[in-house]
Amino acid sequence: MLDILDRKYSVAGPGYNRWLVPPAALAIHLCIGQVYAFSVFILPMTKLLGTTHSVPGDWTQSQLAVIFSIAIFFLGLSAALFGKWVEKEGPRKAMFAAASCFGSGFIVAAAGVTLHNLWLVYLGYGVLGGIGLGIGYISPVSTLVKWFPDRPGMATGMAIMGFGGGAMIGSPLAVGLMKFYSTPFSVGVVETMLTMGAIYFLFMMFGVFTVRVPAPYWKPAGFVPDDQPHKLVTNANVLADDAWKTRPFWLLWVILCFNVTAGIGILEQASPMIQEMLLVPAATKGIDPANTTAMAQATAPLAAVAGGFVGLLSLFNMLGRFFWSSISDYIGRKNVYFIYLLLGSVLYFLIPIAGRMGSTPLFVGVCVLILTMYGGGFATIPAYLRDLFGTMQVGAIHGRLITAWSVAGVLGPLLVNGIRDYQIAHGAVGVERYAPTMYLMCALLLIAALCNYLVGPVDSKYHVRVKDLGHVPATELQLKGK
Amino acid sequence: MTAMPRFSSQPMERRPSRSWALIITTWLFVGVPLAWGVTQSIIKSMALFH
Repeated sequence: MLDILDRKYSVAGPGYNRWLVPPAALAIHLCIGQVYAFSVFILPMTKLLGTTHSVPGDWTQSQLAVIFSIAIFFLGLSAALFGKWVEKEGPRKAMFAAASCFGSGFIVAAAGVTLHNLWLVYLGYGVLGGIGLGIGYISPVSTLVKWFPDRPGMATGMAIMGFGGGAMIGSPLAVGLMKFYSTPFSVGVVETMLTMGAIYFLFMMFGVFTVRVPAPYWKPAGFVPDDQPHKLVTNANVLADDAWKTRPFWLLWVILCFNVTAGIGILEQASPMIQEMLLVPAATKGIDPANTTAMAQATAPLAAVAGGFVGLLSLFNMLGRFFWSSISDYIGRKNVYFIYLLLGSVLYFLIPIAGRMGSTPLFVGVCVLILTMYGGGFATIPAYLRDLFGTMQVGAIHGRLITAWSVAGVLGPLLVNGIRDYQIAHGAVGVERYAPTMYLMCALLLIAALCNYLVGPVDSKYHVRVKDLGHVPATELQLKGK
Repeated sequence: MTAMPRFSSQPMERRPSRSWALIITTWLFVGVPLAWGVTQSIIKSMALFH
């Protein structure tokens, strides 16, 4: 029965419209993007025993924050390990595997919450869910690039935009379900996780059965591949096992890693940063700091305002994924990364200046622009890989490059929080708590811009030749001129 | 026996989909939840401008 998931049964027949593929990809990414909203579970999970407040034996926030890091670590690991399998078996089987892992991750985590076994929660949402994230993230990329050879940036941008949008659905959904299921004796986490596991599994099944791969040699009407492509856009192909032996792969790895680390510099501390740099000084102006009651009254509404700022960042993170990757189809991948990295470094430099000026509009404007380019960096990388390494195993190569995200996802918060703690320990207040982090991010982006400058065509000795193709599926043999 | 891959002799867009309704429905299926999530996010971010 599971034969229906095989690649050969998902080859598009005559009349299939390629515009059905992006929704299939979106169905996967909208679900797995929920991982960015996992934090909504943290506070209720610290009150599982006490219900209204934490009691001895309840889990702590730091114990629960590890779950997100485990999930992101396994995202990168599984994308790297299963990338070639995804290419071989096709998007339908890969999406099914992703849905099974991600959905069952919720179920195992719910069992862990019921038994109050934290390791089971780590195993469920962190390991199993993380594997679902990794496979799901890369599963539609290669297919979209093949369906949209004329606009690969726009196509992958649409899918990866869904990952950014997933948090916007996952957060209010989880909050609403916990409110619905909560009783005087339960915070409703178990029921919410079981419900979300089922909903996400079914929603991802829509993607599984909608997605199709194009027939070999298919091309869009009117599309003529450029016989004299640009220096950085190849018609050749490079296998995943060879890609990471090349210099461009590692240059892109550093670019992605530093761009993600820089984005984390904003995302990780967005709420305290806007409060301490701008909102608190403005709200408490003229109030005697010794008057704690007046100070508390003035600062009480600021957490909600900061929450609004975080919501705005999520929105622009999502929009940037589609906007910048679509732009890259016209101005080229290398140029769009120069914009992310050079303009980004200028904007990071402006953040402390905006704080010292006390200008909230400038601060918010700079931050949302940075977040569009953070999202754009994620969304444009598959098309950059396609340009350099060809379409044949672009999904698997993308999977291996995503290890850069895992490294940044684990090390970035450590770096950012470490600098902030150091500044606080040395008596820094307001803007000065964050300025060193922003200058460091500025430097990281300049190094990444240098790496982008050094990106060149892949050495032709790594290009696939016919004798190398023994293990590559027949449907993949789209090697022009071979 | 391995099934032979099917070949398309001409671009598919020259044979339009039988049902544009299918495409619209498919986009609505993912678009409605996304629009709901975006709306929730915009409502939340309104606090910033008050």
